[in-house]
Amino acid sequence: MTASLNIIGLTRDVYKGLPSTLCAGCGHNSITNHLIKALYEYGVQPHRLAKMSGIGCSSKTPAYFVERAHSFNSLHGRMPSAATGAKLANRDLLVLGISGDGDTASIGIGQFAHMIRRNVDCTYVVENNGCYGLTKGQFSATADVGSSAKNGKINEYETIDVCGLALELGATFVARSFSGDGKQLIPLLQAAFSHRGTAILDVISPCVTFNDHEGSTKSYAHVKEHGFALHAPDFIAGSKEIVVDYEPGTAQDVEFEDGSHVVLRKLDVEHDVTDRLGALRLLHETRDRGELLTGLLYVDTKATDLCAREHLSKIPLAELAESDLRIGREDWAQLMGAQ
Amino acid sequence: MTVESAVNDFTIRVATVNGSGSQSSNLVIANAIFRLGIPVAPKNVFPSNIEGLPTWFDVRVTPQGYQCRSHDVDVLVALNPATWASDLAGVKPGGIVVHEATYPANSARADVTFYAVPFAELAKSHFDPGAMRKYLINMVYVGVVAQLLDIPADAIEAAVAAQFRKKPAAVEINMRAVSVGMDYARERFEKPKRYRLERIAGGTDGLTFMDGNRAAALGCVMAGCTVAAWYPITPSSSLCESFIALCDRYRVDPVTKERRVAIVQAEDELAAIGMVFGASWAGARAMTSTSGPGISLMAEYVGFGYYAELPGVIFDVQRAGPSTGLPTRTMQGDLASVYTLSHGDTKHIVLLPATVREAYEYAMAAFDLADRFQTPVFVLSDLDLGMNAWMTPPLPYPERGFDRGKVLDADDLAKLESWGRYRDVDGDAIPYRTLPGTPHENAGYFTRGTGHDEQAHYSEDAAMFAGNLDRLVRKHEAARAAVPAPEIDEAGNAVAIVAYGTTHHAVVEARDRLRERGIETDYLRVRGLPLAREIAAFIERHERVYVVEQNRDGQLYGILRGEVPVSAIERLRSIRHYNGVPIDAHAIVDPFLDAERPAVTA
Repeated sequence: MTASLNIIGLTRDVYKGLPSTLCAGCGHNSITNHLIKALYEYGVQPHRLAKMSGIGCSSKTPAYFVERAHSFNSLHGRMPSAATGAKLANRDLLVLGISGDGDTASIGIGQFAHMIRRNVDCTYVVENNGCYGLTKGQFSATADVGSSAKNGKINEYETIDVCGLALELGATFVARSFSGDGKQLIPLLQAAFSHRGTAILDVISPCVTFNDHEGSTKSYAHVKEHGFALHAPDFIAGSKEIVVDYEPGTAQDVEFEDGSHVVLRKLDVEHDVTDRLGALRLLHETRDRGELLTGLLYVDTKATDLCAREHLSKIPLAELAESDLRIGREDWAQLMGAQ
Repeated sequence: MTVESAVNDFTIRVATVNGSGSQSSNLVIANAIFRLGIPVAPKNVFPSNIEGLPTWFDVRVTPQGYQCRSHDVDVLVALNPATWASDLAGVKPGGIVVHEATYPANSARADVTFYAVPFAELAKSHFDPGAMRKYLINMVYVGVVAQLLDIPADAIEAAVAAQFRKKPAAVEINMRAVSVGMDYARERFEKPKRYRLERIAGGTDGLTFMDGNRAAALGCVMAGCTVAAWYPITPSSSLCESFIALCDRYRVDPVTKERRVAIVQAEDELAAIGMVFGASWAGARAMTSTSGPGISLMAEYVGFGYYAELPGVIFDVQRAGPSTGLPTRTMQGDLASVYTLSHGDTKHIVLLPATVREAYEYAMAAFDLADRFQTPVFVLSDLDLGMNAWMTPPLPYPERGFDRGKVLDADDLAKLESWGRYRDVDGDAIPYRTLPGTPHENAGYFTRGTGHDEQAHYSEDAAMFAGNLDRLVRKHEAARAAVPAPEIDEAGNAVAIVAYGTTHHAVVEARDRLRERGIETDYLRVRGLPLAREIAAFIERHERVYVVEQNRDGQLYGILRGEVPVSAIERLRSIRHYNGVPIDAHAIVDPFLDAERPAVTA
């Protein structure tokens, strides 16, 4: 039996990593599997992929997919700066950042905000379980008010909604999904790979050890019961012709710069994904009803990313030669004469 | 009172209010004297303030070319009522004082000559009201000083033209203000007999003015730095701003407007250093520039860079600490913290420039060393070097190409059966690395700050962990021979001086002062950490070795005590200066003589 190959002729196994050392049943492991499938189907060249992460359970996961790719497991809350530097140095890299809720919404909230502000071309996945797993279950800043910890403690502090914050900061791609919903998450990840700019994916990912009990709003049961999907997304790569037909008015088609599309089939509500205020309103309304809104909330495919704004050389900076970089001898003599 | 003449050998201090725009005028005075072939050393002592606090600018005129601050003030230009009394008190007996005529006279200073000038009145009667008028007062005092000290008008004119070369329209009005001052002084004042300037033919030929921050920025351009991330902080901001200006001119494709550089003003120093390591990991030469508070914030990432073995260049233009300290004053207070910055066992390569030329050359060397040793490299400058204008020969064009260290590309990988990111293949403790984007299936590896084996896999193995730390130490030991070697001036004397960075310039003068008293000293200037091996040998060849530095705790003294053999430790003495003002020769000579007295009398 020959294994099936993706569009660049690689098997799915190439996209796998080392065995996970996270708890069995951890939402993060599901996300890892969805990432493997998304990257495989998308046909990402492993050597072009730069896996970036911070610190925490989530940030260990880059070891568990595409082992061949380069990876940078940075400091707690400091993945965005490393990702920014890597992208500036080599704009040909597909930069994929994996973070968690503590990494993003607490210690790293500054770098999260400023990466969005710069619109660094990067897919930024927040594996959001509302608690600190590695340090045994303390609340994180994304825990909902009134939700409880495993030991019964109630969280009395206002929650930080990663998607709401990203929208407010001007993020150009904001989505929320659930680790258990590959059908939704995989096309959203692939759309994020095609998006030119910072793509924020807030993925609710239950912590089976510390935050999967009754009273948690990040548990499997809670998300299954209260999840509210905006639409059903399909990703169509740029190289494929669009063959799927949709009844007019039943879907929204978003085209990315590279010619790929994400088609969002409408479900229960009307939402134009290019309407930022509409996205914020929906987020607030669903939260007030105790629902968890998922799907692509907002996208701006025309925004300028950092490399474009900086008019960076098409040749990656890391590949420029000495002769491209030094001042020439004549200019130098002139410069020294004019001091 | 007998008056010995001081030809070409005195210090002019201009005392003004911050924000009054006097810097241009002071640089004109310095530059005009320089154009007479007479060496000068300008020092700006300024407040952390936009407008209103007192500021001083010294122009030291020195036939020997001393570049350190002078202890004495010979010529005072007093334009700040708030500091008038203390400024006057600081003038050397026999000195001259040019002051705003409305300031109260001080009979206690009968030993100085007063030149009262109604600056405000003169400006009012000669210039239209408006924002320019207050700036022109400064050019009026330039004229008064020029007349009193005999600076020819053509030298002043050339200096004004140079100062305003970017806005030539301003030359005429500024020269008019100079004339107002010259005319006023010519009509009313006799020239002082004591202080005179005499042209020295060729005395400053081949020299120019430059500050260390600009020199370092030039080094970054010539080293091929393509990513810079920084957070504004005095006194380092002008390093990155100079880099921006140079890149705007030399790194932009004239046709496509594409830039061959990325410069990011980061949200803080935590992010600035993260961008540096992200960029260097991905193959760019990257740097950040900061000062003490930023260094403290960078500590965690610097430890990561050390342990994950990532290149990166960090300029620390030191200011007076601890804490916010004196943000606009100088110090060498970061040596110890930078050398071992971050938690756990860490040791870094630190380069210690003393001159503008070294600021340029060590900037370039830092990128080579960072790539060669795959580790963060610090260039430790200070406010005095970074922000003051220094006389310097033009900077030479680099003769060597980049040393990018051990990087495997796809062709290399094709020839290798396997490789390990942290495997010491060559026995020099430096492993090979690959860059993201290298099109080979074995290229990828996992960069982490956690314990790792030779393949960069996560490992908690005790022997593996300790072995890796040992390899890092071997790497550090090898760097002793790679950092700039100490500069040694030795003639078999019993007593020696050791210094580094800008303290050097005060040592030069101090040794002359001591020589005048019949005390000969040997001298070693440390130019990098880890300490070169010959430093310990030098210490052991001397009975007493005075380590001079600009910090309270004797930080180099401490490092030396920790690293030299026991037999050398007892020879070490410490001389420290830490008031934020650049060290002068007296601050060395006086404590040196105090300490040597028992030895001399014995």
